[in-house]
Amino acid sequence: MLADITLAHYLTVAAILFVFGVFGIFINRKNVITILMSIELILLSVSINLVAFSAYSGDLSGQIFSLFILTVAAAEAAIGLAILVVYFRNRGSISVDDINVMKG
Amino acid sequence: MLSSVFFYLFAGICCLAGLMVVSSRNPVHSVLFLILAFFNAAGLFILLNAEFLAMLLVVVYVGAVAVLFLFVVMMLDINYSELREGFQKYRSLGLLIGAVLLVELFATFFEYSGNVKSLPSPGAVHNTKALGQVIYTDYIYLFQLAGLILLVAMIGAIALTLRKRSGVRKQVIADQNSRTRAETVKLAKVETGAGVKEAS
Repeated sequence: MLADITLAHYLTVAAILFVFGVFGIFINRKNVITILMSIELILLSVSINLVAFSAYSGDLSGQIFSLFILTVAAAEAAIGLAILVVYFRNRGSISVDDINVMKG
Repeated sequence: MLSSVFFYLFAGICCLAGLMVVSSRNPVHSVLFLILAFFNAAGLFILLNAEFLAMLLVVVYVGAVAVLFLFVVMMLDINYSELREGFQKYRSLGLLIGAVLLVELFATFFEYSGNVKSLPSPGAVHNTKALGQVIYTDYIYLFQLAGLILLVAMIGAIALTLRKRSGVRKQVIADQNSRTRAETVKLAKVETGAGVKEAS
């Protein structure tokens, strides 16, 4: 009944997750926390892509890249949330529309 | 065929959780759905014989990143309802762009004619061991660079959030340790019934 799982199946899952991430950035334009979570979703989908290609072509390089994506995602989340906390401490809000101090 | 069933299970839950992350009303629920998505992605990685990355996903993403998100969401006292004002306004634009992107991605990889159709069986070397054999030899500089990135991120996060508040009493250990006996203790010969006149 069920067909064999091919590379295209994994790419489909990754594509759907990627689109949800981009969609999340668009609809939550005011909420920085949700935008950061959407970026995490996008990075996760890219990771799935890399691991799927790596597994189906029998080459470990994709998994190494996925490892580095994980590293960068963790660093990005830490820095992003730190900036968010500092911004909230100074302004009492995290609305994206309020972030225009540098505009002059 | 058991792996196919598990693939559809993990993939389905992963996609649903991803949709709930971006459309959930409560950010705490968003973070919890993000954790669900990460767990199911880890399941997909296990189906792809990438056990080490699956474990790393659970440990790093769920254990560190998602919990960090949860802390920040719960710590900041924000009125989330006013952050969702533009939700309806931008939804049509977001749906349009999402649909275009999805069609493009599908068009791309249905054109892709890879010669690999089925998953190769795992070799004699364990996945974690194989990764270790590659990462400490061929990718050693990138590996060191990844460590440096994490160090910079850690220092940056600490430097950003550290603050000195005025008017807060704090213990100064050096001052306490540098006190001498002469300036703190005074022996007094007290007469019976007289009491101590001065306290200093």
